[in-house]
Amino acid sequence: MSQTNVVSVPRPTAVRIPLREIVPWAVFTTVLALLVLLFVTTEAGAVSLVSDGLVHEFVHDGRHLLAFPCH
Amino acid sequence: MMKTLLVRGMLAGLAAGLLAAVFAFFVGEPSVENAIALEESHSHAAPHDHGSGSGSGGAEPHGHSGESGAAPEAGHGHGDDALVGRGVQLTLGLLTGTTGYAVAMGGLLAIAFAVAQGRVTTLRPRMSVTLLAAGGFAVAVLVPFLKYPANPPAVGQAGTIEDRTALYFGFLALSVVTAMVAVAAGRAVADRIGAAGGGLLGVGTYVTVMAVAGALLPAVDEVPGDFPGSLLWDFRLASLGTQVVLWCVLGLVFAVLTEKALAGKTRGRGSRDGLAVTVGQ
Repeated sequence: MSQTNVVSVPRPTAVRIPLREIVPWAVFTTVLALLVLLFVTTEAGAVSLVSDGLVHEFVHDGRHLLAFPCH
Repeated sequence: MMKTLLVRGMLAGLAAGLLAAVFAFFVGEPSVENAIALEESHSHAAPHDHGSGSGSGGAEPHGHSGESGAAPEAGHGHGDDALVGRGVQLTLGLLTGTTGYAVAMGGLLAIAFAVAQGRVTTLRPRMSVTLLAAGGFAVAVLVPFLKYPANPPAVGQAGTIEDRTALYFGFLALSVVTAMVAVAAGRAVADRIGAAGGGLLGVGTYVTVMAVAGALLPAVDEVPGDFPGSLLWDFRLASLGTQVVLWCVLGLVFAVLTEKALAGKTRGRGSRDGLAVTVGQ
C-alpha cells in the first residue's frame, strides 16, 4: 500500500519561490533592464530620446563590441 | 529571497561588465581603432557613402570629425571635435556600456533562476544558474550573432540603421520568446516521456523555429568591398569573445553567490549530503 522509501540525495532540496513573490520583481527588473538596454544599445541609433548623440557616442565602443547595430 | 537573488544577480553583472570591458579593451579596441582609421580616411577622401550606389535606403551624410555641419543624429564623431573623445569612448564609455548591459542581464538572470528553480530544474542552484547562463548566452547573443553578426565602424550604411536595428531586435525577441515557449513545452512533456525526451523536444523546437526564421528573414550584407576581411574577422571574434567573457563571469559568479544565498534556506549550512527526500509509492 503506501510504502515509503527514504532515498539519500546528494543535493539540497529544491527551492521553489512562489510566483506571487516573483512577479512584481520580474516586472520591475524587466522594465529597468529594457531602459538600460535602450540607452546602451539603441539610443540615437535607430531610436532617439535625448537626441544629441551624446549617449550614442559615449557608449559607442561598447555597443559595437557587444554586437549591437550601432550606425 | 527575491531581493537577495536580484542584488546578487546585479553584483555578478557588475563583475561580468568589468571583466568584459577589460577583455574588450585589450582584444577588441585595436580592431575598432583600425576600422575607425579606415572610416576616417574614406570620409576625408570623398563624401561618406559606404555602399557604392546600391540604392537601398537613401545615404544620409554620415559625418565624422572632419566633416562640418553633419547632423549629430545622422552620424557621430570619432575625432577631436566629437562630442565624446576617443579616449573616453574606449575606456569609460566602453566600461559603462558593458557594465550597464551586464547588470541588466544579471537582473534578468536572477528572475529566470527564481522562476526556473524548482519548476523546470531541480538541480542544485549553482548547476541551474550555470545552465541558465549558458542558455542565456546562446539565446540572447550567439543565435542573433549567427544571423546578424556584429559590425565594426565603417561597415553598414547609415541609411539602413533603422532596418538593421529592427531586424536585429526582432530576431533577438523571437529567439527569447521561442526559447521560453520551448522550455515550457519541453518541461510539460518531460513528465510523460522523461527529462531527456523533454530536453530534446525543447531544444529541437527552438533550433527548428530559429533555423526557419533565420532562413526566411532578409540578410544584411553591407560590408564595403574594400574593407579588409581579416579586420572584419578580428572584430567579430573580439565582439563574440567579449560576450563570452561577460556571460561566463556572470553565470559563474551568480552561481557561487546563489549557492551561498540558498545554503541557509536548506537544512543547515554546508550539509549538502545526506538530505533525505521521501518518495511515496
